[in-house]
Amino acid sequence: MDAIVEALHVEKAFEATAVLKGVSFALDKGETLVVMGGSGSGKTVLLRLIAGLLRPDAGQIRVFGQSIEHLSEEELLPIRRRLGYVFQGAALFDSLTVYENVAYPLREHARLAEDEIRRRVVHFLSLVGLDDNVLGQLPAELSGGMRKRVGIARALIAEPEVMLYDEPTAGLDPTNSKMVGELIVRMGEGVCDSSIVVTHDLELTKTVADRVAVLVDGRFAAAGTVDEVLAARDDAVQAFLAGKAKR
Amino acid sequence: MQAILTRSVLWYGGLALLAGSVMRNLALPPSYFRLVLEEIEILGVRSLGVALTAAIFTGMVFALQSAVNMARFGAENYVGPVSALAILRELGPVLTAILVGGKVASGITAELGSMKVTEQIDALRVLGVNYIKRLIVPRLLAAVVVFPLLTVLADVIGVLGGLVILVAERGADMYAYWNTTTYWVLPRDFLTGIIKSAFFGVVVTLIGCYNGLSTEGGTEGLGRATTATVVHVTMGVIVSDFFLTKLLLIIFW
Repeated sequence: MDAIVEALHVEKAFEATAVLKGVSFALDKGETLVVMGGSGSGKTVLLRLIAGLLRPDAGQIRVFGQSIEHLSEEELLPIRRRLGYVFQGAALFDSLTVYENVAYPLREHARLAEDEIRRRVVHFLSLVGLDDNVLGQLPAELSGGMRKRVGIARALIAEPEVMLYDEPTAGLDPTNSKMVGELIVRMGEGVCDSSIVVTHDLELTKTVADRVAVLVDGRFAAAGTVDEVLAARDDAVQAFLAGKAKR
Repeated sequence: MQAILTRSVLWYGGLALLAGSVMRNLALPPSYFRLVLEEIEILGVRSLGVALTAAIFTGMVFALQSAVNMARFGAENYVGPVSALAILRELGPVLTAILVGGKVASGITAELGSMKVTEQIDALRVLGVNYIKRLIVPRLLAAVVVFPLLTVLADVIGVLGGLVILVAERGADMYAYWNTTTYWVLPRDFLTGIIKSAFFGVVVTLIGCYNGLSTEGGTEGLGRATTATVVHVTMGVIVSDFFLTKLLLIIFW
């Protein structure tokens, strides 16, 4: 099967600190790949590299079969429109209401009547478990879990082919974390069947992952199914999974 | 010393790259015409008070000082044209650019910087939106319209302020003042000031946008960037004014 997102020997450093030291992986269509790792392990950097928000120092990133590391900002735009990105902090536009936030991709890229935009916004908000009472609210008036869900709805409304989730349960209580996990599974079954999720949350990983890769010291120290990774013999992986990794 | 030099080179280089990117994006769709109109309202209408207050008092104080001091040389008859020339060629465009520019550019830095630190600019990028076209081009186009318009108003108010103070304070003849002023002041004097103001609009907006987009370090960094913008705008206007003056004197003299 052809990979729709692929990283080959990707390296990235910030000043003297090497964050990624030759990371390779491939995401096939219909698959949910979870990248696990501790704080500062480079999970978010990897996701930003895939979206073209950062450029690798070495290696190759292929998205939908196209190498993106040398593309200009303008050349990246059509590729990014096929990706959905959910930020750790949701990154909602703080001066726009929930309705305007979710409608934003449609207003930018589709010529739709206002009625149709509204219908789609309400539909995608309902998919993430929010009713139309929140439409007029500003992001600052929402709880952390609601902001995350609005962020997911905004990413999904453009009907992306791959979803990228950055720490989707960070900062959420167990109930909201469980709900977000179930939401990712549900979205994977219906709206967008290919996803990369970066997280340090083992419960979320067990809920959503088809495959897992554990990022330790800038490299994947273990990769496979959840069971294979849990049984991995690598000390650093076991230390991370046991919550005893060195920071 | 080397660190300051490196920082300066990076800043000027970054500003030049942003200017190049903006130029390239000017021709790309979509046009965001509605946003340009919104920005004209934000940059222009909301800056009228500052620009006109500064203009009228500057016109009055310049005329007053000129009248008192030129009387020492028996040249009080020329206070009108001298005041008008100073206002049209320098004080109108430069003061408007510094005052309005400082206000506008620091606002732009604060807004874009806040968007940067909360990842809203990255959110635009991953939604496939050209953020240069969406956030910077409309502001730049609005500034190119607004700064000359504000300068025209500042020129008019400044010259009138000078006229009022000379008539009221020094007992000057209003018609004589007007006649000598219109005799000596040429259209090119007005035009050079307007050309300068359009250029200042571009400089001010680019500085505000660049400092906003390069904000780092959370809210503390945002505060630093906003303060730096006021200093950069002031210095940018004053320094570029010298070179523009030289250039315009070559072209129009």
